[in-house]
Order: sequence, then structure tokens, then C-alpha cells
Amino acid sequence: MNKIGLIIRREYLTRIRNKTFLISTFLLPVLIVLAIAITVYLGIKGRTNHRIALADQNGYFKDYLKSDSSIFFDFSPSIDTLNYSEKNCSAVLIIPVLKEGTKTVYRLKYKKQLGLANIDDLEKRVNAAITDHLIFTKTNISRRYLDSIRAASDIAELQTFSDEGKKSQASSQGLSYAIGWACGFLIYLLTFVYGAMVMRGVMEEKTSRVAEVIISSVKPFPLMLGKIIGIGAVGLTQFLLWVGLIAILILVAQAFVPHELMQEVNNMQKMNAMGNAQMAQGTEAARQIFAFKQSLQTANWFLIIGSFVFYFTGGYLFYSSLFAAVGSVVNEDPQEAQSLLLPISMPIIFSFIIMSIAVQDPGGSLAVWASLIPFSSPIVMMARIPYGVPTTVPYWQLLSSMALLAGGFLFTTWMAGKIYRTGILLYGKKPTWKTMWKWTFKND
Amino acid sequence: MSMLEVAHLKKYFTTQKAVDDISFSVEKGSIFGLLGPNGAGKTTLIRMITGIFFPDEGSITFNGKKFNADRDAALIGYMPEERGLYKKMKIGEQALYLAQLKGLSSSDALKQVKEWFIRFEMQSWWNKKIEDLSKGMAQKLQFVTTVLHRPELIILDEPFSGLDPVNANLIKDEIFRLASNGASIIFSTHRMEQVEEICNHIILINKGKKILDGTVNHVKQEFKENLFRITATPLPSYLPDALFDVLLKNDDGLTIRIKEGHSPNDVLKYFIDQHSNISSFTELLPSLNEIFIKLVEGTSLSRQFQPAQA
Repeated sequence: MNKIGLIIRREYLTRIRNKTFLISTFLLPVLIVLAIAITVYLGIKGRTNHRIALADQNGYFKDYLKSDSSIFFDFSPSIDTLNYSEKNCSAVLIIPVLKEGTKTVYRLKYKKQLGLANIDDLEKRVNAAITDHLIFTKTNISRRYLDSIRAASDIAELQTFSDEGKKSQASSQGLSYAIGWACGFLIYLLTFVYGAMVMRGVMEEKTSRVAEVIISSVKPFPLMLGKIIGIGAVGLTQFLLWVGLIAILILVAQAFVPHELMQEVNNMQKMNAMGNAQMAQGTEAARQIFAFKQSLQTANWFLIIGSFVFYFTGGYLFYSSLFAAVGSVVNEDPQEAQSLLLPISMPIIFSFIIMSIAVQDPGGSLAVWASLIPFSSPIVMMARIPYGVPTTVPYWQLLSSMALLAGGFLFTTWMAGKIYRTGILLYGKKPTWKTMWKWTFKND
Repeated sequence: MSMLEVAHLKKYFTTQKAVDDISFSVEKGSIFGLLGPNGAGKTTLIRMITGIFFPDEGSITFNGKKFNADRDAALIGYMPEERGLYKKMKIGEQALYLAQLKGLSSSDALKQVKEWFIRFEMQSWWNKKIEDLSKGMAQKLQFVTTVLHRPELIILDEPFSGLDPVNANLIKDEIFRLASNGASIIFSTHRMEQVEEICNHIILINKGKKILDGTVNHVKQEFKENLFRITATPLPSYLPDALFDVLLKNDDGLTIRIKEGHSPNDVLKYFIDQHSNISSFTELLPSLNEIFIKLVEGTSLSRQFQPAQA
């Protein structure tokens, strides 16, 4: 089909050459990094600067609740439940007279809402203070001794290995979580961005009436398919540019690391390869870089990028043909598209919600089912794959998920093609779901 | 041999019979007028000929063979009434793209586009976008993209709307040139003065049915009403009612309708006998516009929706 090739080329080139493509390709990563940075910064900043007054009648907590950078405990007796806000405290914690061994209710009074995280934090601190108080009063252990035990006990480190029969592969749950979430989110975002692009493209052809000219030379189905494939190729180009961009950024970042430090890291890598587990050598900076590099190596990047490309393509093909069908039935008024888009965007949004659960419990039954059903599999499966194939995701699941997705997009494309070929030439009233259903099963 | 033959074509939509048993044929190298009021079914008919719609019944024969949209699309150039081009695409690229979609190779397309751009003095437009063009300029471009691939059948739906007289003449001359080079042209419009000037053969459709078919001259003869214009001095003092009715009387002449059973010669004889000096005597044929209005009037202009019974 030479004509499909022409259509794909036009759709691809007009978009790649567009300034907005370049801007979005290079600006979006910057914006995402900026958004993460701002969230983290605000998260840290939001936790600081709480002054909490204590109405501690027995002086029970005076030695056990320690002020730090996030919470300052004010024990001054002049503050009470009536004047705490004038004295610059955000809340007052009322300590009742304690009876040992019974669950005691503490009351926290505040004028300004404290965050849930702060309440959690406060509860932990109060519990720890009670434990400390009990240990100190019931045993003969001195304060200093107790503190030194606490400091010395913070040495456990849980390293995880995925069990693959004979050899164990070092794994990093944190990294898997981050990659899974990022991949799921990216597919969610790109499905919407490129789906909407397909819809707008179809609407443009319909409202500018160029569709009638084109359809007198090409059948509607190749026209729709050419548009979908061309725009999908734009999406893949953008993704590959991002991968390249990240690779370049890492190389640039490495160039800024002093040479001696890299040498040290390389030595560590050699030592590690020889089975020498002595990690204590080397400077702090070198150790951190080494740990970062180690954890990056635990991820199977080849598998992740490969399956990302598959699931992005599959999910895009699955949904974009539906977006094309919607674009073909609406007229000049973009408002009309809203109500028709709802049934398409709901499954995508639900998939995103399921993805955020699946990424925490990648082996759970919700995650497994949602990663098989083609409506949600592109987003949910990408949250599971970084946890490991075939350990977390068995081969049968991966293969059947892929097969179902391929079948799914063949079905949606077929259905959308039927709606599209009638809708693209129809002007006037917006058709109802019922008439669109009729078009789907109408014969030539 | 006819270039295009349409026989008993039918297309029913759920609410109306858009095209109801229409037949006609278009000769090679002729300019064929497809007339009809708004909503008569012209667009549906054209869409079936261009392969956009499948007819429910009837047959289309193209160059002696059964019409096949895939094969014959490259031989048809269609300019729809609602103009359509990509607004954001550069004009040169757009023309190339549309020509290649019609099956031209990229080098052939480039050659054709350049040739036509020079002919229409559009060379400086190459890197402009449609949104930069005036309506008339876009129209010219649309015409060029319609005929670029040397189609054997060119279908033009209201090709002159929005064009100034200079550009309208340019397009008109091109239509004549293309027809004399052997292309058949279907020209759909409701501007009758253009039809009289351009078309060899016309059909008129209304409410999905063909109500008139013939050459322009033939149609006029068929609808003539024995109207004559006579100028003479002095006019006879008595004008005989039995011979003709006077429809209009000026200082220099009369418009008359000759009554049944009398001939123009009888009228001339009477004027000569009255010693009137005749300076001219012409038959007044009805204009297509009058025929059109006469035929379509009385049928409600907007079609009523009624369920089609197939």
C-alpha cells in the first residue's frame, strides 16, 4: 500500500517539523524534574517549623520528647490550652494523668490543621517516649546507656535478591518501584497526549473538508490507519529522544565527577566482581556513586525499554483508534467531543489508579488481572515488569497479556474504522451511541 | 462511446431517498451540467461516481468497464463544493501530496505542480500556507490540485463561487482547454448563466429524481413558449388579439406570444400589410434559469424528511 506510506509520511513529517514537537520533547522532561523537585522541596519545607506546646502536668515527657528540626516541643509552663496560639505554637498536646498499662487518650488541640504525616509522626514520638520512660523507670539502665544501644542498633540493612534458581540476582525494590511507576505514568500520559492528537487531526480533516478530497483518492480505513501509525511514530521518536537525552545527561554528569573519584568507583566495581564484600574502603562520595551504579545495574534495562516500546505501541493503537472514531463523528464544536470522550478516558484513568496499587503489590490478583485485560494492561503491566520477568511476572502472563493486547487493538481498530468511514463524511447532528453501534455492524 | 454511464442509480438513507433511479451518460470531451436545487441529491450522486459511497442499486460504467473505485480513482478529479485543504501545510507540499495520493510518482507530481503553478502564476506561493491565502486564491489552488493528475473525468462542484471575474475566466478557459484535450467534465452548479455558457449537455435533478435531460439547445426548444420580439416603425394601430397576445409594448417594439395555430410568417405578413417597417424579428427562447425555476417551483425547496420504502 503505497498510499498508506504517503499518509504516514505526511502525518509524521508535519508533526516532527513542528516547533511544538521540539519544545515538548525537550521541555517536558525539564518540567517533570522541576515538578518533582518542587514537590520534594515543599514536602520537606512543609514539615518544619511546628512548635507544639505541652500541657504536661506530671512532667512525664519532659526528658523523653526531644525537639528536632521538624517539631519543637515547648514545655514552658506559662503556655496552656487557652493562649498557645498567641505564643506561636501550632498546637497543644494535653497529657492526662497516666495510669500504667492502659491505653491512654491524648488530645491535641489546634487552630491550624496539621498534616496527617505530622500527626503520625507525633504519635510515634509519643509512643517512643512512653517506651523510653518505662525502660528507664522499670530497669536500672541509665539514660546514656539506652541512647547508645539505640544508636548501635541502627545497623541492619535489608538487601533483596530475586531467586532465579541457581543464581540469585541482586534486586532493588525501590528502583523497581520508581521505574514501574514512571513507565506506567508515562504510558498513561502519552496515551492521552497522542490519542488527543489523533482526534484533533481527524477533526481537522473533517472540519476543513479535506477529508472528502482525500477519500476520493484513498479509502477511509487506510486514511485513518495512516494517521494513527504516523502519529504513533512521532510518539516513539519522542520516547527514543528522551532515552537518548537521559543517556547524554548521565554521560555529562559523569564528566563532572573528578577523575580520582571515578577511579575509586571502578576499583570498587572490580573488587565486587571478584567477590570481595569489603565495602568500607573508599570515600563517602565514591561509595554513593558505586551504590547508585550497582542499583541501576539490577534493573534489566533491555527488557524494560523493549516492553515499554511494545506496551506504548499496543496501548496507543488500542486507544487512538477510538479517539479517531470520536474525532470523526463530532463537528466544529469541540464541546461535543467531551461527552463522547468520557467512556474512553475512564478506563485510562482507572488503569492509572490500578497501576499505583499494582506498583506496590505487583504480584497481587488485582495487578495480575489488570495486566492481562487489554483495557488496562499497557499501563498496569509496565508497573510490574521492572520487578522482574519471570519472577514477578511469569512468562505465560507476559505472553498472554501481549497477545490479548494485540487482539484488542485489532478489534478496536476494526470497530473504529467502521464508525470512522461513516462519520468522517457526515455533517450536522452528532450521532448517538445507538446509531454508531449500527454503523459498526452495517455491511457495505 | 460514453466516458461515463450511470444506470438506475439509487441511494436511500434512513430518512430520505437521496438519489432515486437516476440514469445519464457523459460523452468523452464534453462538458456536462448537473443541475438541481439545494438538497436535490447532487452531492450524493457525485459521491457515488467518485467512489466515496456505494450505490444501493444501479450500475456505473467507466470507460466501458464496471466502475472500480480503487482502480478508477486515479482517473477522476473531484473538487467538492465545500473546499478542503490542510490549513497548516505548505502549498507546494500539499499539491505534491494530493497528486501523489492520486498515484503520480514524486518526480511526475513535481513536474505537474510546477507546470500548473506557472500557468496560474502561483510560483511565489510554494512556501506559503493555506491560512495565508485569500478565499479566491485557495479556490485556484483547489482547482489545480483537482486536475494535476490529468484525470479523464473532472467533477467540479460550484467551481466559480468566490472567484472574481478575472480568475473565473481563467478557470473557465482551463475547463474548455481540458475538455478539448479529451477530458470529460461534470459541472455541478445552480448558477444557470454559467451553464448556458459552458455546458453541452445538462440534466436537472430534484428530490432525487431526474426531471430533465438534454442539450442546452434541445431543452430550450422543448420549453419555448412561442415568444417573439418584433421591432418596427410605425407600429400598427390595431394589434389583432386572434393572432397574438402582447406581453410588453415599448416605443420601438413589442414582445408577443403567437397563438396556437398561427405561425411567425402570419405575424410578419400582418405587419407588412399594415405598412410597418420591420427592423428585427427574433424568437425569445427561455433562459435555463426560467426553466429551472418553472420546474422546481411549487415543489417545496427544502426536502421533507420521510422514511424511504426500499
